[in-house]
Amino acid sequence: MNGQAWLLLLEGAWTTLWISSIAIALGVVIGLGIALLRMARIPFVEQALVLYVSLARATPLVTLVLFIFLSAPTFGLAMDRNTAAILALTLNTAAFNAEVWRTAFISFSREQKEAALACGMTNGVFFRRIMLPQMITSSLPGLVNEMSFLIKSSPAIAVIGIVDLTRVTNRISAVTYEPLPPILAAALLYMLIIGVLLKVQAIAEKKANRLAM
Amino acid sequence: MSEWNIIWEARGAFLNGALNTLILFVLSVLAAFVIGCFSVYLLEGRNWLSTLLRGAINLMRMLPFLVLAYLLYYGLPALGVKPSAWGAGLVALAIYHAAYFAEILRGARLVLPLGQVEAAKAHGFRPGRLYWRIILPQLVIRTRPLLGNQLIYALKDTAFLTIITVQELTAAANSVQATYFIPSEAFIVVIALYWIISICLELALKWASRFGAKRGFEHA
Repeated sequence: MNGQAWLLLLEGAWTTLWISSIAIALGVVIGLGIALLRMARIPFVEQALVLYVSLARATPLVTLVLFIFLSAPTFGLAMDRNTAAILALTLNTAAFNAEVWRTAFISFSREQKEAALACGMTNGVFFRRIMLPQMITSSLPGLVNEMSFLIKSSPAIAVIGIVDLTRVTNRISAVTYEPLPPILAAALLYMLIIGVLLKVQAIAEKKANRLAM
Repeated sequence: MSEWNIIWEARGAFLNGALNTLILFVLSVLAAFVIGCFSVYLLEGRNWLSTLLRGAINLMRMLPFLVLAYLLYYGLPALGVKPSAWGAGLVALAIYHAAYFAEILRGARLVLPLGQVEAAKAHGFRPGRLYWRIILPQLVIRTRPLLGNQLIYALKDTAFLTIITVQELTAAANSVQATYFIPSEAFIVVIALYWIISICLELALKWASRFGAKRGFEHA
């Protein structure tokens, strides 16, 4: 492995990182939206969301990526690889995040709500000022855990030809005929990324425990 | 509706793929469970082996599954062993999920109350019997929801093996859509099949939790 190979690997790592980051950012927000909608208990919408969460949690990411990328043209949608990958990752992670947010919702103490309403807060102000900040702290460990799961399943996007950190090893070994070094190097980079996330999760857990909810 | 007719005509491919996925899933999960239980037994002692095992488990937790499959399928031939795609996939699944099973069981072992273990020791249980008869059954019953979750992850990870050319369910859908150009229908069928399998797993999990509750492990 020479400098050129390392450069390719870093490029692959960058692809993995930016696609995953966009999916994580979208997934956290959409997950919160889904959790809010489910707590509102609107007929039909709620059943549809339950169905979506159940389906998205059962579908392997590889299958979902292939499905979205290959069948988008038949629905008349022009979609490039990156968009399809981001959409698939987002659909997947949003379902898991929705469950994390919902747990935080359900376990939120009723006394605080009653106290806030008694102080004359409207529901919106209560949610923004009291509920959301605490929910973010208490669900952060779960959300970070889901982020590392997302990174771990992100190699699925290689199946539609995106050159991510896993697929780039094929490119390198096609030139050098030595598959082992690039795969080991890719493993090292993945461990670096996920190791950082696991550290962040430990810190988040400590912070959430201090909140003692 | 002619697309659905084509799908029905190609049912053999789907069934083969589903069967292959199920075989891979069941074999690898059984192997992973056994390896995981043995690993936790080895972790009971404090020697170089347990340190090594801890390191290996942590390593697996930081590695994407596909990278491990790549290592076995593309990496092993460099060392002179040439596994088939199917064999490499099976071994990768077993090793990877064994590490997760071991981690789950180890977490429960750390918070297991000391009393029973000490009582068993006082009754003259040797370490082996103590582990297999007293400790392990409790660990498994206590961690059943987490173990069940891990089963669903294992099922989903079998789909990755399509990338190293294993002929499983996702690969079947891909080959059907490539032959007849009906991607939406082919993948809808396959997603439905995955869904059915995981719903069955969840039902089994519910049954297991009732069994556990009967044995007095409600709040585990």
